[in-house]
Amino acid sequence: MTDLLIKSADLIGKGRTDVLVRDGRIAEVGSISAKGADTVDADGLVLLPGLVDLHTHLREPGREDAETVLTGTRAAAKGGYTAVCAMANSYPVADTAGVVEQVAALGRAAGYADVQPIGAVSVGLEGKRLAEIGAMAHSAAEVRMFSDDGHCVADPVLMRRALEYVKTFGGLIAQHAEEPRLTEGAQMNEGAVSAELGLPGWPSVAEEAIIARDVLLAEYTGARIHFCHVSTARSVDIIREAKARGAKVTAEVCPHHLLLTDEAARSYDPVYKVNPPLRREADVAVLRAALAEGVIDAVATDHAPHALQDKQCEWAAARPGMLGLETALSISVLALGGPAGVDWDLLAERTSRAPARIAGLEAHGRDPRPGVEANFTLVDPAATWTVVPEDLASLSRNTPYAGMELPVTVQATFLRGRATVLNGKIEEETTE
Amino acid sequence: MKHLLTTKELTRDEAELILDVTEQMAEAVTGREVPKLPALRGRTVVNLFYEDSTRTRTSFETAAKRLSADVVNFAAKTSSVNKGESLRDTALTLQAMGADAVVIRHPAAGAPQRLTEWLDGAVLNAGDGTHAHPTQALLDAFTMKRRLGGIEGRTVAIVGDILHSRVARSNVWLLSKLGAQVRLVGPPTLLPKDIEGWPVEIGYDLDASLKGVDAVMMLRVQRERQNASFFPTANEYARLYGLDERRLALLPDHAIVMHPGPMNRGMEIAATVADSPRATITEQVTNGVWVRMAVLYLLLTNGEAR
Repeated sequence: MTDLLIKSADLIGKGRTDVLVRDGRIAEVGSISAKGADTVDADGLVLLPGLVDLHTHLREPGREDAETVLTGTRAAAKGGYTAVCAMANSYPVADTAGVVEQVAALGRAAGYADVQPIGAVSVGLEGKRLAEIGAMAHSAAEVRMFSDDGHCVADPVLMRRALEYVKTFGGLIAQHAEEPRLTEGAQMNEGAVSAELGLPGWPSVAEEAIIARDVLLAEYTGARIHFCHVSTARSVDIIREAKARGAKVTAEVCPHHLLLTDEAARSYDPVYKVNPPLRREADVAVLRAALAEGVIDAVATDHAPHALQDKQCEWAAARPGMLGLETALSISVLALGGPAGVDWDLLAERTSRAPARIAGLEAHGRDPRPGVEANFTLVDPAATWTVVPEDLASLSRNTPYAGMELPVTVQATFLRGRATVLNGKIEEETTE
Repeated sequence: MKHLLTTKELTRDEAELILDVTEQMAEAVTGREVPKLPALRGRTVVNLFYEDSTRTRTSFETAAKRLSADVVNFAAKTSSVNKGESLRDTALTLQAMGADAVVIRHPAAGAPQRLTEWLDGAVLNAGDGTHAHPTQALLDAFTMKRRLGGIEGRTVAIVGDILHSRVARSNVWLLSKLGAQVRLVGPPTLLPKDIEGWPVEIGYDLDASLKGVDAVMMLRVQRERQNASFFPTANEYARLYGLDERRLALLPDHAIVMHPGPMNRGMEIAATVADSPRATITEQVTNGVWVRMAVLYLLLTNGEAR
């Protein structure tokens, strides 16, 4: 493999430098002249450690009409990601070593981003008995994170056991916090807008009650817990207090909860239907502040592709979820006060380093220095782009940002030194 | 007006125009040997009903026929809907058949609005989930106008299951727009959360809320709601929120009693109250046909052929 020289990149917003890549790893950082190396002119571009997504629905196996590991990881690369954690709600469910190994193998074959499978907590996501968590942990996929995402682990006994059980291999449970009895039939955030639209309300307390309970269970068992897609201001309060007490709690927020509100439901267009639902303006403001402050550790996309017919229908009939991988970076920049004057180091922390730490992905989320794997992305901080659903790399089209002009474009993404995206375009040959 | 989806989107002028045209429709057909006008001859009105509602469907059908329109009943039960055809595909089919107006009743809030994205013709909301039922509110307003001499400055209590009521929502927006004071009365379990911004007074005590009203509108309450603990028993509900003879006596002498139907006699309304001369329930049904004639006429002719 020829050496790769990145010329004059702004290294995580800290100043211009060159970066030399050899054999998939960073060889040198500084002022470099390397004859014979492939050179990428990064003048005006910011170099960030490759983004890491804690929460991706790749839909394979089972719903290959909505997304595949290949198309989903192409979308990830296009969005600046070098690693994604694949949620367990495939068909069949990723609740056995066989399924998680299959997903990991598909990721390796695709070659666009590292795919770390998340295992199910319970058999079939049914919330009744533990899946073979140990078998998944000790499989070739080396699963560390377990989640019934899409469903809450509502049974407190099952949650306690899961939290205790994963301690044996330093694992963690990622909870989809939603008390199911409080959200039966729920369609959107419960509040002034749902009252007017006549759509059954999804009370914020359904999330907060589970987060409060699980913080207590995690403290009681001494286990690690991670909260998926935190969406309300009170959830942030509970997590802040738990962290102050020293509980082993981490949390993620989705881009859409940092930008959109329940007002979007007035169109009755289910492209805005998502679980947890879009909340109020006041929640958005608190979530943004919590992300900047670090109460919320990471941005996670909850990238949820859906086939056209599952969105071109009545609101109540539609599946919840929206695309996120290709827009997350831009929206994270906005949420952290950008594009002008955005703190790139903070952005790298919330979109790359912290999620890599939470997921235990040691080769990702690393700032470039000699010896570390060359997983990084080059972004143009001055550019803007307009979201056109048909132009997205994802197989699905359910983006809530269609027609929106967003800041920052991804110019290139490198996975172990090989370009997955170059000049803003997906590279077709990626096999390592 | 291209469609009629909610009363919230109507301007006061539009609402008053509909009520004026309703009056004209009533005058034009009342007492005629053949109660029929030629206004919509050659136009096709499709009734697309995804919920059983013989009352509303028949009312729309009668209204369209009195305007000489061709009426097609596309009931979900007898169509391919049960075989899983999507609303969008049904819309494209109706579009291809050349429907001039589609009257839709659907259990999902917002379905009529979705339909407007897939159809060129006029869409008329005949009730969508717990969202809106604009022609019901218009016929209620028309009934009040006739019985009370006007709406401006009148006080109306809407009582019962506000949470699940599209009728209540549509009346709140329309009546407040027309200058009425609206009181919503029911147990807190059956009132939507966060409605402090609505142009209404909210009360939990029916006796107190009946003081000085010009009209009281009783909403249908499903007995099954007790299974989800919205109230303990049907009996307790009737005691606390039912309109019985004792409560009828609390009303001012001129006040009227309304109900959108179908009624649960003995639950939200006592049989004697429902049958009393102060009840406008059958009148509302008659007025419903005229209101629907007015709306179909206005949507399909832009009022040009008057």
